[in-house]
Order: sequence, then structure tokens, then C-alpha cells
Amino acid sequence: MYQTTYVRASSLAEAANLLRDNPDAKLISGGQTLVPTLRQRLARASHLVDIVHLAELRGLTLEGDRVVIGATTTHAELAASDLVRQRIPGLAHLAGLIGDPPVRHLGTIGGSIANNDPAADYPAAVLALNAAVHTSRRTIGADDFFTGLFETALDPGEIVVRVSFPIPRRSAYEKFHQSASRFALVGVFVAVLADGSIRVAVTGAGPCVFRATSIESALARSFTAEAAESAAISADGLNSDIHGSAEFRAHLVPVLAARAVAQAR
Amino acid sequence: MAHDGIGARLPRKEDRRFITGAGNYTDDIVVRNAAHAEFVRSPHAHARILRIDVSAALRAPGVIGVLTGAELADDKVGGLICGWMIHSKDGSPMRAAPYAPLARDVVRYVGNPVAIVVAETKNEARDAAELVEVEYEELASVVDPAAAQAPGAPQIHAEAPGNTIYQWALGDKGAVDRAFAGAAHRVEVDLINNRLVPNAIEPRAATAIYDRAEGRFTLYTTSQNPHVTRLVLSAFVGLAPEHKLRVVAPDVGGGFWSKIFIYPEETVCLWAARRLGVPVKWAADRRESFLADAHGRDHVTHAEMAFDASHKIVGLRVKTIANLGAYMSTFSSSVPTYLYATLLSGQYDIPAIYAEVDAVYTNTTPVDAYRGAGRPEATYVVERLMDIAARRLRIDAAEIRRKNFIRSFPHQTPVIMNYDTGDYEASLNAALSAARYAEFPARRAEARSRGKLRGIGLSCYIEACGLAPSQAVGSLGGGVGLWESAEVRVNPVGTIEVLTGSHSHGQGHETTFAQLVAERFGVPTDQVSIIHGDTDKVQFGMGTYGSRSAAVGMSAVNKALERVEAKARRIAAHLMEAAESDVELKGGEFVVAGTDKKIAFANVALAAYTAHNLPPGTEPGLKEGAFYDPVNFTFPAGTYVCEVEVDPKTGAVEIVQFTAADDFGTIVNPMIVEGQVHGGLAQGIGQALLEGCRYDRDSGQLVTATFMDYAMPRARDLVSFNVSTTATPCKTNPLGIKGCGEAGAIGSPAAVINAIANAIGVERIEMPATAQRVWETCRAAQAAVAAQ
Repeated sequence: MYQTTYVRASSLAEAANLLRDNPDAKLISGGQTLVPTLRQRLARASHLVDIVHLAELRGLTLEGDRVVIGATTTHAELAASDLVRQRIPGLAHLAGLIGDPPVRHLGTIGGSIANNDPAADYPAAVLALNAAVHTSRRTIGADDFFTGLFETALDPGEIVVRVSFPIPRRSAYEKFHQSASRFALVGVFVAVLADGSIRVAVTGAGPCVFRATSIESALARSFTAEAAESAAISADGLNSDIHGSAEFRAHLVPVLAARAVAQAR
Repeated sequence: MAHDGIGARLPRKEDRRFITGAGNYTDDIVVRNAAHAEFVRSPHAHARILRIDVSAALRAPGVIGVLTGAELADDKVGGLICGWMIHSKDGSPMRAAPYAPLARDVVRYVGNPVAIVVAETKNEARDAAELVEVEYEELASVVDPAAAQAPGAPQIHAEAPGNTIYQWALGDKGAVDRAFAGAAHRVEVDLINNRLVPNAIEPRAATAIYDRAEGRFTLYTTSQNPHVTRLVLSAFVGLAPEHKLRVVAPDVGGGFWSKIFIYPEETVCLWAARRLGVPVKWAADRRESFLADAHGRDHVTHAEMAFDASHKIVGLRVKTIANLGAYMSTFSSSVPTYLYATLLSGQYDIPAIYAEVDAVYTNTTPVDAYRGAGRPEATYVVERLMDIAARRLRIDAAEIRRKNFIRSFPHQTPVIMNYDTGDYEASLNAALSAARYAEFPARRAEARSRGKLRGIGLSCYIEACGLAPSQAVGSLGGGVGLWESAEVRVNPVGTIEVLTGSHSHGQGHETTFAQLVAERFGVPTDQVSIIHGDTDKVQFGMGTYGSRSAAVGMSAVNKALERVEAKARRIAAHLMEAAESDVELKGGEFVVAGTDKKIAFANVALAAYTAHNLPPGTEPGLKEGAFYDPVNFTFPAGTYVCEVEVDPKTGAVEIVQFTAADDFGTIVNPMIVEGQVHGGLAQGIGQALLEGCRYDRDSGQLVTATFMDYAMPRARDLVSFNVSTTATPCKTNPLGIKGCGEAGAIGSPAAVINAIANAIGVERIEMPATAQRVWETCRAAQAAVAAQ
């Protein structure tokens, strides 16, 4: 790790000021991506601004027809939450599939979506459930939040504060693990929202999470596993690496979508 | 007193310190004023070094020194050696190229060390290492063993034209040709034995100290064989004579052979400690372990087997190209030859075998032995062929094996080995019964109703452990003898210290060796200490690998114990005024047969040291040493049965049942043996399903250089193993022990792949059987069925 200065921010405002004043500073929450990257000297930071303990970023509450989750909620907290398990079972299931127990007890939802790893699990849930991302400056809708490979709509210095998920009628997540990293080789989140609309989001397969509109259309006609599996996904533009070709990933999307439909509750 | 001798399921004495973080590993050793090393490594697979500029690094904060191959040559530090001479079939010696610890003119793999930076802190050393400027001229590279011999392939060493190190052969070619000519059936297969990264949990490390006053070095290091390390560093690298070099291998966290070899980094640290006048500490990070620990396997093989009309094997022909990487590591040459082709007879009575092995250089990390070392590769060839033959000849996979088993012992194979004993049918029957083999068709049908393809696969493996005897090892080209030493020191109060040349790095010797003492002397194991891993304490030893510690190391201890017992008996008889022949050792006491006269073992020990009343001519003290040179290898064998379910829609493979029936001869501690089998199975299943070391064909970069891309087996990839043993005690060592450390890794890959092939209904699928590979194979199989 290159030399860095660790700062434990005492408030969100102080964290924002530190980021503004130090262009090479980085926010650290759970650190599950950042710390290994720093240790391998693949990244450097003048300051590490720690926000994981801030009260403003905590909390897991029911607010009307939404479940609102503080940015520093760990994957383990979310997976174990009775509220989430009852209201959005697909989301709780997803959180329990991330990494391994140490990762789940340190990694946070805010850190994960801000990093937007193309194979991370949470982006699929945020996009499929049409969640809203509340930041230190504004609210960003899921359709606008994830903009590309490791890219989001967040401006420099903008901090994710909480994520608010509308409670769906049904949801489920199916994940096919990349065998080494346990990230998603392909992950498919299927949600039937309160208004009956169906959203299907795919992670791992492409450079950024995306909605599988062909599957959404098929499911709108018939919400069955057979309908999902019969939809075709093009391999064009999908990821291809030593763990899976674009063709294999494209093949897995409808297969996993069908399994998610069968699991959705 | 609880039974804690041979056969007791005793908890491991060493585990409390390991699992409470109280172990003492190389990197835990604190040395005053120690400096920290970082290696500058080649980013290229193959390049000429045009210039190295260390000036900026030397000016960096905390830097004590930056050394390169030029300084190494100035100090006349020798190169690393390969300690096993192989001759090609034309009689010429292998073409071993020089292996400098720091590359001076040419780098030959990504990670090849070029310079060492020594600084006051590790981070300063890392910062400064980035300031070492190396100008390279990139050269074309080759990473694939089959491509390395192709005309026009990049030349890696001038000494080895066509990158070919040797073209070796074993067996009777004429006899095999005649057997094939007259055979009723022939089967053949092309196989790749996938390259593996060892991944011991503790990365390699060294702490090197030079004492100017004494002119003496101390090297704390992660070694499986500290005496061999000392020998090589003295006799070949020439850093110090043996009496001026102490090598200590303290607690070591796993080896799997990868910590046998004498590597550049530890060697350079030792030299740098003298040259720079400071103790030098180095511990690899995980990425360095991937780049710089000797890898395993990496064979490309074509094999053919011939059968007569009654399905008896009449001949076996094997051609293998073995990748040895960019330099010849310490024992690399022996692995694809004498540790491989000599096991090609498997458990079968095969009258004629002929194997040809070409070893090649490539622009990859050096390849050497890895758990099983040659024997997994041999088992994979034989057991894949047996399954393919069963399928082609339309007979049951168990029956074709049963029909060909060796049934009388000793058995001389056509490939050197002489099997002393075994009962292959017993382990096959035990495994089939435990695996409920007969009821498999019902399970397959039930799985099909769930959309899963269920398959079953057998592997009847044999291995040769405890390489021996030394004279034979020497005649086959080995540069060392493969015996073991022991010394038993009985203290005046009757506690016992056993010094052994074996080295425990996970095997549990502190428990099992103590169990042998408990068995013989009736002394509780907590009154026995096992001392190993320090060349200042143990006079000499050959270390631990090849499942040799129990079969060879404990046999040496047993020999020393016999000598101690003989002297103690003489003293006891004298003290009890009885004839020596009437005195026996029972439950920790010497008793005079037919009387109530007895004396505790501890009291005899005290008498030996007080020396007030010893038999005439007896020296005081109670301490004996022994060297034990076995007369033959041992031959553990067994049957593994793997059952899988394949999801044809995703290619996911789930191991639903795994049954092992092993014959390890005498078992010292069943719990430790089961642990060894479990670990070996996990590694073998890892090879079959997950682990595939990949280099980029064009750039020569190691693509799988972290755990994000190199898949290690996890608990959820496995199943609860059903393990059992049968026993035919080894006839060639006094304890009847065969060894158990590698069996799991040797036997399991073929069982897994045979099960997957059986599930899908195909002959071939390569390792690792990744989801995509399995899915593609399923699709091709479905298309083939549809086409019919």
C-alpha cells in the first residue's frame, strides 16, 4: 500500500469537505474492494475518509411502501433483517450470496453500488426494484444511477446516504457464481413491482448492469418460467473472459431468469 | 491410562498453538535491526535486459541496498541446480541451462527476479523497487508445452535446442508394438493434465542473518527439508560451508512439495544479508506466490491401451510432453519420468508398457513436484483409459478393472516397480459397497426426473511412496539418498525427545511420532517431544514429501527406539538381577517374566544417568541414533468412487457423493489419516473441477494470478466424504506403514472426470471441468444424439 492518511470523518459534511479539499482522497466504507486494490498498489489515495461509522448512514426502516436502507448497512445485516426478508425476500437472499462471511460482515450496500463492479450483486436488485439512491446532494433513480463499467451518476465528492426500495409484489434473485471470486458470472433479479410492472435486471453478463427487456416483455405476457426461458438474449457486447464466453453468459440469462421466476415470492 | 499408541485416534498435540495463533512461523521471527526485502521482477515473459538503473532506488528513503545479478556474479554466487540427472533415450544427458537467482541478461518468465531492494521497512522497499529502472527488449515467448517444440518456436535457452530438455523413454517398445499388433481391441485418448498453483496457506518467507564474528549464516525459512536446503546452498550455490550455515524451518503452513525446492528468493536474501551487513527479511505476498512458487502438473499426453478378446490388457503406450517452465527447479526432471512412468501399470497386470516423455522449457514459472508428483498424472492416464475402454467394450467400469487386477505379490511391473503387497479387489469391493454402486441406476433415473444428469466414476489408483532405496535412487540419477535419520534422547526423568530428519508442515508428526514412542515404551505422548526442522539440532535428514515421513521417518525412529530399548533392558536386567532374556518392556515397565519384579522405564533412565550401578562396560546415558534406508518403495492403493449431478442447462457440476477406500497398511492415527485423505481429495477435486492455471498465449502473462481468477476448492464445492480403509501391511518396513499424504490428490481427479463423462455420456472432457466446458460438452452430446 502506498502511504496514505486515514481520517475518521465525524459527520457527512466533514467527509464531503475532505473530499472537496483533497482531490486524491477516497471514501472508505467496508473497504472490500478498495483495501485489496490499495494493498496491491493498483490504486493510491492521499486520504482515506472513513464514513462507515456515521449515524447518518445507518438504519434499516420501513417508510410507507418503501424499505429504506442506510448506505453503511452491511450485507450480513441486510441478509439477516426480518424487515427485508419479509418485504423483499429476493433482496435479502441476494445479500446472503455476496462473497463470504468476512466480506458480508464488512462490505456495505452504499460502497457496492457506488463502486458499480460489473459483477456485483446489488446493482441487479437496485435496478430491478426501481430503487432510489439518496445522496448527500440529491435523489437519483435506479435507471439513471448505473452508467457504465465502474461508472455511476455520482459526481465527485457526492456520497450515497441511503437506498430506498419500493416494496414489490414479488422478487427473486438467481446467481451463477464465478467459481474463483464468487462474484456473479451472471446474476438475474426478477421483480414484480406494486403496480404490476415487471423488471428484470442482469449483472455479471455485461460491462454494466442492464435490464433484459426481451424477458420483461415475455413475462408481461405470461409470468412463467417457460416464458422467461424462451426469451433470447444476444451475446453482442457481453463480457467474455476465462470464466465464461459471451455466448455462455447470454445463454445463462434466460435460464437464470426462469429459475428466478419460479422462486419469486 | 488411555491408549495413545499406534492406532489411537489422538487429537493433534500441535493444534492448540496453531488454532490459537501461537504458532511460530518464519515471518513471526523477530530479529533486531532486520531490514526488509522486495524483489524487482520481470513484467515480461521473455525479454533481453538492456540496462538496469538502480540509482533512483538507492536514493529513496530507508534504502540500504539494491543488488542485481551483476553483484551476484561478482561475489561468485553459484546458480540453482536440478538435482536429478535424466538421460535421453539416445544416451545424452539432459540439457539443463544455468539458473541464476537474479536474471542478468535475459528474463524468461513473468515474475523472474531481476533485483533485490533492501530497506528499513517493507513499504520503503516496495516504494524503492518501483524506482528500479529496467530497460527490456521484448522477445517472442511460448507458454504451451506442445508449442514449445514446434519449428520456429522462440528459443528460451541456448543449451536446449528446440526447447527440449530431454527425450526420455521407459519400457520395451518392441514388446508393446507386438502386443498392439496382435490385440483384439485398442483404445486411445488425448489428455491434458492441467497446470496447478500450489497455494500453501503460508506464503514462502525467509529471514537471513549473517554473524560477522563467527562468519556464520542463519536462515529461517519455509522449508520442507532444511538439511537439503543447507546442502544445496553450501555445495552448489557456495554461500557457506555446511558448518557455517544453520537452516531452520520452524512452523510451516503447508507445502504440498512447493517448499522443498531451493528458490532464488531465499538464496538471494542469504547472500544480501552478508553483502549488506544487515539481517534480511522477506515474505512473499499472495501474488508473488502465484508467480514464483513452482507450479505443478502441466502434461500433454497421448495414450493407447490394447486388450485381448477377453478384455485383458496386453499393452500400454504413452507419449507425454511435460512443461518444466523457464528453469529447471530442484527435482523437476524426476517428476515426469521416474515418479510418473513407473506408475503406469496402475493396479493392473500389464505385460508390456512403453512410455516416452519429452520435457520442455517454456516462458512460464518453473514447474516441479506438487502433491502426488507424477503419480496423479499417471493415475489420470490409466484410469481415464480404463473408463473409455469399459465404455467402448460395453462392460461395467468395475468389472474391467477387476478382470485386470494384479492378484499375486510380489509383482514386478514392466516399468521398474516391484509391488510388495496389496489387495485391490478388497478396496474396490469396500468402495463399491459403501457407494451403493449396484443401486446407482435408480439414483440416475431419479435425478433425470429432476432434470439432472447423474454420473458415477471410479478410480483405482496406486502410488509409490518413500522413494527408495538410496542406491536405486542414485542409479536412476537422483543426486541424494532417500533414507531418514532419527535420534532418541531419554532424559534422566524419563521424558523423551525424538529428533527426526522428517519435517512437519501440517502432517501432525508431533502427535504421530510420539504415538510410536508411546506404543513401544508405554510413555504418555505428553512426555514425548518431537524435534525437527533445525540443522543445529538434527544432524541430517531428508525432509518430508512423497508421503515418506511415516514409512521412512518413523522407521528410523523405530530403529533408534529399538537401540534405546536394548540398552535400557540391559540396565533393567542388571538392576533386577535377572537375565536380559527374561526382561520385557510392558506398559512402561520392565518386568521379569514369571516374577513380580519390575522397574519403571523412568527409573531405568535415571539409573542410566546416575551411572551408580550400571552393568560392567556400559556407558552412562540413554541416547541412540539411527539411519534407516528402506529396501523398497511402499505402494498405497485404493478405489475412489465419485458421483456427480450435472445441470445440463448451466453446466454446473455438483459432487453428490464421494467414497474412498484406501489401503495405507498400518495406520498410526486414523483421525490424522482421514484428515490427510480429506485434504488430498479436496485438492484432487479442485484440480478436476476448478483449478486451471492459465497463461496468455500471446503475451505470456499469468492470467490466473490471484484468487479472483484462480479457483480454489471451497467447502461448498465439496461433499461430506465417505472414507474407509482396508489394510495389507507393507512388507518392506518394520511398521507395515505405506503412507497416506498424497493418495487423495492422486486418485480423485480421474474419479471426478469419469463421473462427469458418465453423466453426460461422452468419452472426453478436459480438466478443470468448468461450467462452460460442461455446458458445451452437454450441448455437443445432445446435438450428436439429435443427429442420429
